[in-house]
Amino acid sequence: MNSRITDRIATGVFYTIAAIMVALLLYLFYFILSNGLPQVTWDFLTSPSSSYQAGGGIRDQLFNSLYILFITMIITVPLGVCGGIYMAEYAKPGKITNFIRTCIEMLASLPSIVVGLFGLLIFVNITGWGYTIIGGALALTIFNIPVMVRVTEDAIRSVPKEQKEASLALGITRWHTIKTVILPYAFPGILTGAILASGRVFGEAAALLYTAGLSTPTLDYGNWNPFAENSPLNIFRPAETLAVHIWSVNTQGLIPDVREVANGASAVLVIAVLVFNLLARWLGSVIHKKLTAGK
Amino acid sequence: MAKASVSPSAEERLILTKKNRRWDEVRGRSLVTICAVIMIAATIAVTVFLAQKGLQSFTVNNINPIAYLTSANWNPTGGENASFGIFPFIFGSLAVTFLSALIAAPLGIGAAIFMSEIAPKFGKKVLQPVIELLVGIPSVVYGFIGLVVLVPLLRDHFPGIGFSLFAGVIVLTVMILPTVTTIATDAMRSLPNSLRQGSLALGATRWQTIRKVLIPAALPSLLTAIVLGMARAFGEALAVQMVIGNTRDIPGSIFDTAGTLTTIVTLNIGHTTYGSIENNTLWSMGLILLIISFLFIFVVRYLSGRRKI
Repeated sequence: MNSRITDRIATGVFYTIAAIMVALLLYLFYFILSNGLPQVTWDFLTSPSSSYQAGGGIRDQLFNSLYILFITMIITVPLGVCGGIYMAEYAKPGKITNFIRTCIEMLASLPSIVVGLFGLLIFVNITGWGYTIIGGALALTIFNIPVMVRVTEDAIRSVPKEQKEASLALGITRWHTIKTVILPYAFPGILTGAILASGRVFGEAAALLYTAGLSTPTLDYGNWNPFAENSPLNIFRPAETLAVHIWSVNTQGLIPDVREVANGASAVLVIAVLVFNLLARWLGSVIHKKLTAGK
Repeated sequence: MAKASVSPSAEERLILTKKNRRWDEVRGRSLVTICAVIMIAATIAVTVFLAQKGLQSFTVNNINPIAYLTSANWNPTGGENASFGIFPFIFGSLAVTFLSALIAAPLGIGAAIFMSEIAPKFGKKVLQPVIELLVGIPSVVYGFIGLVVLVPLLRDHFPGIGFSLFAGVIVLTVMILPTVTTIATDAMRSLPNSLRQGSLALGATRWQTIRKVLIPAALPSLLTAIVLGMARAFGEALAVQMVIGNTRDIPGSIFDTAGTLTTIVTLNIGHTTYGSIENNTLWSMGLILLIISFLFIFVVRYLSGRRKI
């Protein structure tokens, strides 16, 4: 066959593949939003879920998702950023660094259900806590740390060498250079990465099934004492998140309006991930502009 | 001009400050080193605890490991006749992993070539965000859409009840497609331009350049992309669990129901009594998942060692 014709055909195939991917995304979003958005009413977002009747909402699940995300990020961000600083600035090439890198890769590649199993073993059974928010957050930490380390390391490595060398040449210590020169420059990258990681944590379910559990106690949103049984802030209570809720109503739910609840919850979940994505892009570019061109 | 007395000079702020001291350096260094140690500790803890727990069904319950891995008879609640053979689930896991990689690999690499060689501008402006959003969709949502769209579709047009190996493969394909595409795109973009120019200058068409020069040059990285996609498919639990049917037999065709290691663990580990023999065999499946996900890492390492460019 003529090589020019083959070239045309191949180009056509590549265009088709690209079109398939775009069509796939459009279909998925269309499906989720067109089915889900009509369900997402103020009432749906603010009423508690029901275990056997129709008409339940997702108030507690939504709160649990955000709260677990918040606690996870409080633990993960400092750990991940410090780990990233170590890998980018202090780690010397050699066996130990290689080993740490292998560890990060291993943690990153753990299937989320395995992370969940580890959480079940340690934070539920061995500690004797049962299903708790803190157990879920610690399991998610294991799942999230490698991401934060990688994000921080990449952001730090993208800082121009001259900046760092100029600072060191002035007699500033390494740590002070990191704090005053490198971290401000790397901040937009780290922030963007952290927000994207939040989106991932927000949608995670498998690691939470058997660590934070499939149920939520009756919560009193007026009770802000974090040690009270019915306080939403209590970190030692079970908490079903939004993603887990979608799974549980579909596989073991007894409510008659499974489709409606799952549609609505999926729409909320996807919109949240979309917002995280757009926020990350927008904040990243705004802060970058401010730090580089402004002043 | 008088020196502004309110804001300290850069010299004061950076060099003469009390914070620029040896003691601070030691403290900062220890802090980040501790974080690195925590990562090592976490990895070791995951491995050791899951291994210790996963081996109990062999050490405490005296199940024959060979029979456990090769027997096709899974009947943990059979009382006297209980048997623990997980081969159907190993088979199911491998089948969904390889089949979904088989579909996702050409599509993903094709999309990568499209983004790097055919239409870089369109690729960067449209396809890249599309892929990032696809990565962001949570796996339960993929599972849910599979359950309400794909399963009825398969039930109406193909043999079987809709819940099937094939449904699992399709859902996983969609899920790993963005992973494969992203890594493959990085691989294609990192190829030096001189390769393209040299080939085109010799009179090769774009397709000839792609097929004879660029793909062979990027091959180890492209394989890495596929392997990482497979690792993701292998470890995915909930989305597959919602569409595959979760039966205990080896599927006879791709339209039969099946079960995988992840789906059986997900379904049963909450219902069985902690410490019972059935529960222990589920932990052993978890250990197998862990071992195989480590194997994927070694394959990736091997491949990246063979990278030519």
